[in-house]
Amino acid sequence: MKRTGAQIIWEVLVREGVDVVFGYPGGAIMPAYDTILGYPIRHVLVRHEQGASHMADGYARASGKVGVCVATSGPGATNLVTGIATAMLDSSPIVCITGQVSSKLLGTDAFQETDITGVTLPITKHNYLVTDVQDIAPTLREAFYIARSGRPGPVLVDITKDAQQASIDFEPPKGEVRLPGYRPSQHAVQTDIEKAIDLIDEAERPLILAGQGIVRAEATRELLSFVEKTGIPVASTLLGLGGFPATHPLSLGMMGMHGEAWVNNAIQEADLLIALGMRFDDRVTGNLKTYAVKAKKIHVEIDRSEINKNVKVDVGLIGDVRDTLLSLIPGCKQRNRGPWVERINLLKGDSAVRDIQQLPYNDKLYAAHVMHDLWRLTDGKALVVTDVGQHQMWEAQYYKHDHPRKLVTSGGLGTMGFALPAAIGARFAKPEDEIWVVVGDGGFQMTACELSTCAQEGLKVHVAVINNGYLGMVRQWQEFFYNRRYSATPMRSPDFVKLAEAHGLTGIRVTKREEIAGAVERARATPGTVVVDFRVEQEDSVYPMVPAGADLNDMIRRPSPIVETGEDP
Amino acid sequence: MDRPILRTFIAYVEDRPGVLNRVASLFRRRAYNIESLSVGRTHIAGISRLTLVLEADEDGARRLEANLYKLVNTLWVRDVTHTASVARDLALIKVKADATSRAQVLQLCEVFRARTVDVAPEALTIEITGTGDKIEGLLEVLRPFGIIEMVRTGMIVMTRGAEEAEARFDSIPVRTAENGAS
Repeated sequence: MKRTGAQIIWEVLVREGVDVVFGYPGGAIMPAYDTILGYPIRHVLVRHEQGASHMADGYARASGKVGVCVATSGPGATNLVTGIATAMLDSSPIVCITGQVSSKLLGTDAFQETDITGVTLPITKHNYLVTDVQDIAPTLREAFYIARSGRPGPVLVDITKDAQQASIDFEPPKGEVRLPGYRPSQHAVQTDIEKAIDLIDEAERPLILAGQGIVRAEATRELLSFVEKTGIPVASTLLGLGGFPATHPLSLGMMGMHGEAWVNNAIQEADLLIALGMRFDDRVTGNLKTYAVKAKKIHVEIDRSEINKNVKVDVGLIGDVRDTLLSLIPGCKQRNRGPWVERINLLKGDSAVRDIQQLPYNDKLYAAHVMHDLWRLTDGKALVVTDVGQHQMWEAQYYKHDHPRKLVTSGGLGTMGFALPAAIGARFAKPEDEIWVVVGDGGFQMTACELSTCAQEGLKVHVAVINNGYLGMVRQWQEFFYNRRYSATPMRSPDFVKLAEAHGLTGIRVTKREEIAGAVERARATPGTVVVDFRVEQEDSVYPMVPAGADLNDMIRRPSPIVETGEDP
Repeated sequence: MDRPILRTFIAYVEDRPGVLNRVASLFRRRAYNIESLSVGRTHIAGISRLTLVLEADEDGARRLEANLYKLVNTLWVRDVTHTASVARDLALIKVKADATSRAQVLQLCEVFRARTVDVAPEALTIEITGTGDKIEGLLEVLRPFGIIEMVRTGMIVMTRGAEEAEARFDSIPVRTAENGAS
């Protein structure tokens, strides 16, 4: 049957199981936009293409499937860049389809021409420029295959306008995609598995470092059986949260720069680290010279190039985390690591009294209160999408995630403006979930235009703006390391309640802790997107904090005991 | 083993537009300084061969190899630093040589088995192939005469013996709309 390139795009996407795409039309992608009307694919019109790439990413993280965004050439394509880089750093599978000027205009600096494959070369897993209608279908199939397999990542397919307009006799491609140089699935070597088992059995103070690989590989059940057999406590990276139930007795919580003090101390005392699908990011290790020097290290990773990149390991197991755990579990001895767990409990020590939640009622609203209450009021079951900054760390500390894919957050790139669009993507992935967007007043203003998308699409997400009138994390660094010189961090915001109302949505303001529950109830009961403006304490800081480059156990702690002073820290 | 040394990699890549850019960009963004990179066709359609020389320690070398494999168009990578191999660089050197010094220059070229490829009243152009050391050696003795211009191809390397690195590849099947990617 005769098909145009523009039709073939959607023919392939439907066969890949795509039912929603996020995008923005423009000259070079108009043929594709003309033909989408004939296909069962919902198109979500974003307000800025950055929103489209974050939405595809949020969709991918919440569903485990490939998210898709569409943009035109030139500025449309370059506006995707921040979202693509975000997906790259967090290994999120997205496919970006961009229009390109006609092939005969390529290289002439034509209207709205950008070399987008060149621009995105370092921030995509792979990318393509398609100039021939014959290549559209096979290339898109490769793109989906590459995006979702191995270590997932973003793939961009740039298609010239003439290729979209040309017609061919089209038969849907069948069979498996085969790429001669691409080997996404690898299995750990058996002798290395045995070496790892020996190390695990011998260890007296072992720790599991659970990363996002657990979630990506759908390995949460396997991790649970591994832990229950070996009795090894689990520390999580930010993106690993939810990979192991936070309320499990052997769950320690988050590690790293804003990790729990006892977790960082335990890592420094451990005699074995079992890193599962995590990459020893600098925010997790602190100073590499002093990081876990007493510990042997086992690193389970799907990406060979991560082994020995930051931390030298004793055993590298290259492969899918689930696969590898299944090989490890039968060989490992059943053990109870009571003394080590007791030792960690001792390390928890004074952390409880330093907790902001211990502060006696002083009429102030703390972000930690909001996170804790949100966790309680939603029974820990909400899908939370956070932005980047202080509120993100408070969410990670106080909202206890028991299930995978219930926390969507920008880890590697730390992209402000990520949350609202990513939540819109997650909305399509999980129509039944209660979704809360947790966002600072700064990040919210970067992509708040997508409220309009929520309104047009009739979407229900709850937006909790943690509004402290500052770019809080930078203000905190200025407080600690720049002698309280608050350069460019005080931020004036619009009235977020009115902003919501201007979009035909609902806004609620909360200034006291006792108002939280009522606001959550009202948000739930109100149709459509609701923005809750939480006016929190302005100069609160996230504790503990490992200063950048410091030793992992060299943490700035919340002044203790706050119980006595009743003052702000 | 852990100190950085000059390492030589051979990589086979699909002959696709932009593939050299992908390889070069990989090294650029991983902050490696490429000493030499040469690329050309193999006798198999659709496959190009790269020879790459750069400084790296043992861990860095393993990671580089892994990073090269991460490129979708990379077929096969081998670190031949410690493998017996034949290494060749080709240089064209234009050196000042007038009637009084010409004989002397030509004599030096003889010693290095270099060929004269162009003669002008004031200069000679010399072609030399060999290892980097050999070319450096010739340069050293020609320098006093005055080197006007030089161009080098960069290293190409082949392991010794009967091993057929390329036998592992069939030609890359041409992609058609009917069979999809293959």
